[in-house]
Amino acid sequence: MSEPLLKVDSVTKNFGGFTALSNVTTEVGVGERFGLIGPNGSGKTTLINCISGMLTNDGGNIIFDGQNLNGMKAHKRTAAGITRTFQIPRPFHSMTVMDNLKIPIEFLGIAGASQKAIEDEAMSILETMGMADKANGETTGLTQIELRKLELARAIAAKPKLLISDEAMAGLTGNEVDEVLEILINFNEQGMTIIMIEHIMRAVMQFSHRIICLDAGELIAEGTPDVIVKDKGVERAYLGV
Amino acid sequence: MRYKFEIGCILVLLAAYLFTYLEVNRFLYVAGFPILQFVMIATAWNILGGYGGYINFGTAGFLGVGSYTAVALIQWLGAGIVEQVIIAGVVAGFLGLSIGYFTLRLKGVYFAIATLALAIVLETFVNNWDFVGGAAGISFLPPRKPELLGYVFIDSKGGALFGNTKEYLFFIMAVLAVFSVWIARSIEKGKLGRGLNSIKDNEEAAECMGVPTLRLKLFATTISGSLMGMAGAVFPSFLTFIDPLTAFNLEFAVNSLAMPMIGGTFTWIGPVVGAVLLGTVQQWAIVTFSSELNLLILGVLLIFFVTVAPHGIVGWFMKKNK
Ligand SMILES: Nc1ncnc2c1ncn2[C@@H]1O[C@H](COP(=O)(O)OP(=O)(O)OP(=O)(O)O)[C@@H](O)[C@H]1O
Ligand SMILES: [Mg+2]
Repeated sequence: MSEPLLKVDSVTKNFGGFTALSNVTTEVGVGERFGLIGPNGSGKTTLINCISGMLTNDGGNIIFDGQNLNGMKAHKRTAAGITRTFQIPRPFHSMTVMDNLKIPIEFLGIAGASQKAIEDEAMSILETMGMADKANGETTGLTQIELRKLELARAIAAKPKLLISDEAMAGLTGNEVDEVLEILINFNEQGMTIIMIEHIMRAVMQFSHRIICLDAGELIAEGTPDVIVKDKGVERAYLGV
Repeated sequence: MRYKFEIGCILVLLAAYLFTYLEVNRFLYVAGFPILQFVMIATAWNILGGYGGYINFGTAGFLGVGSYTAVALIQWLGAGIVEQVIIAGVVAGFLGLSIGYFTLRLKGVYFAIATLALAIVLETFVNNWDFVGGAAGISFLPPRKPELLGYVFIDSKGGALFGNTKEYLFFIMAVLAVFSVWIARSIEKGKLGRGLNSIKDNEEAAECMGVPTLRLKLFATTISGSLMGMAGAVFPSFLTFIDPLTAFNLEFAVNSLAMPMIGGTFTWIGPVVGAVLLGTVQQWAIVTFSSELNLLILGVLLIFFVTVAPHGIVGWFMKKNK
């Protein structure tokens, strides 16, 4: 494999006396579809928070595109090419769906781009997500799946090299899961590297080239989907035996 | 029409100027001046509070700093009103920047508490500064006759633009109020306003979408503080007297927050409507009843709007309140 896009090197995070991440080391390659699994409270979101700059890791290094991210502010990391979604959608609720997408385009895109160009770009993303008809609506009127899609659409509007999706499919029906999967695979095929955090096993297994599993803040398994399904440690972590 | 807003601004200023021409009851200036001042203060408050969602309880502090910067300039240099306003704006803006820098890294509540403390600390400081009159206050003669390139603005015989100082200061206040509204509107319609809105909606999500949240908040505290300081700077000259109790009056803090909330915080019109409406009611209540009743009216209205119509009067008309 060539130089990885993201290197997580012995990352540790404590909350008071509680260790949420302990010495996690892994790599994500350019263009890879990477799965991150683990039982509730195992540290998945915490790892994403450290990578995106919402939290500061207490130990270790996170290297993205050859650059060490330690000490870098979250919005700078987004500008560098990392965008994450939130497990519980956090739309800008006082704005329309369109304006939600305009925020990253305007703040990260070409300075001085015309409003028309910005709106066209936002619209084309909404079209791929099948949400064009909602563009001028308020976010308060959106259904669960629409909120999840908006969360993804807004992240994609930031044009990330690395998209981190934190449980984009929780609470969706089987068909809706397939719909979101298709969207993500589509963007991956256009060159976007994606980390998917998911509890829906069918979806992660189908999506990922490679998967890691966290348990109580430790990395307990790493491999292709068929290796992970057979892994005894993963099974134990999930079944709690 | 394209320049509707700009034309509106000019018309308002023309009206304010014509108003100084009418031989009206002097009371109307005395009542009109605070209303214009409130338009400016409410508008300034709303840039940070309404667009960015950060509640500032320290309006009285910024206003007082503006007033006392003006007093100090008069005492030291005999400075004219224009210099007073500009320098007060710089000083209060710097104050906004510093308090923002030290508190905005924290969550909104801490910022609110810090601003409240600021007003109290500054008042105590001025109370003990004899050069500007200390706790007893200070009175001055009306400011020296302003002139530009040999042209005198004020002449009681009617040979100049203004008949007396009160008229002149009234007009300056109108110019400043319009200027603030213009600034607020420009921010609101632009990238800055949208960035501040995203901070209000969800600060972490904003940061993750590439919004430099700290920088935007600092910008907003600076502009907001600076405008409040300018509004305060005109006060001593207009009253020809100022004391810490007047300059740092907590009623400013209450009003600056209540007026946008009642008018509507999401757009520049809200604070203007709130300030004109509440300002008028209060001027009337002060004359008719007492200033205590005044605060009571304010409190009741505030509770009503916060609970029943969170988008204020303007939101009501724009059908924002469901
Ligand atoms: N800000 C915080 N302060 C204290 N403890 C925290 C904080 N954030 C997370 N934790 C704790 O760290 C552990 C890991 O949480 P995390 O949210 O990363 O889990 P997760 O793997 O994302 O779980 P889930 O699948 O439920 O989303 C949990 O025990 C959680 O309670
Ligand atoms: Mg999580």
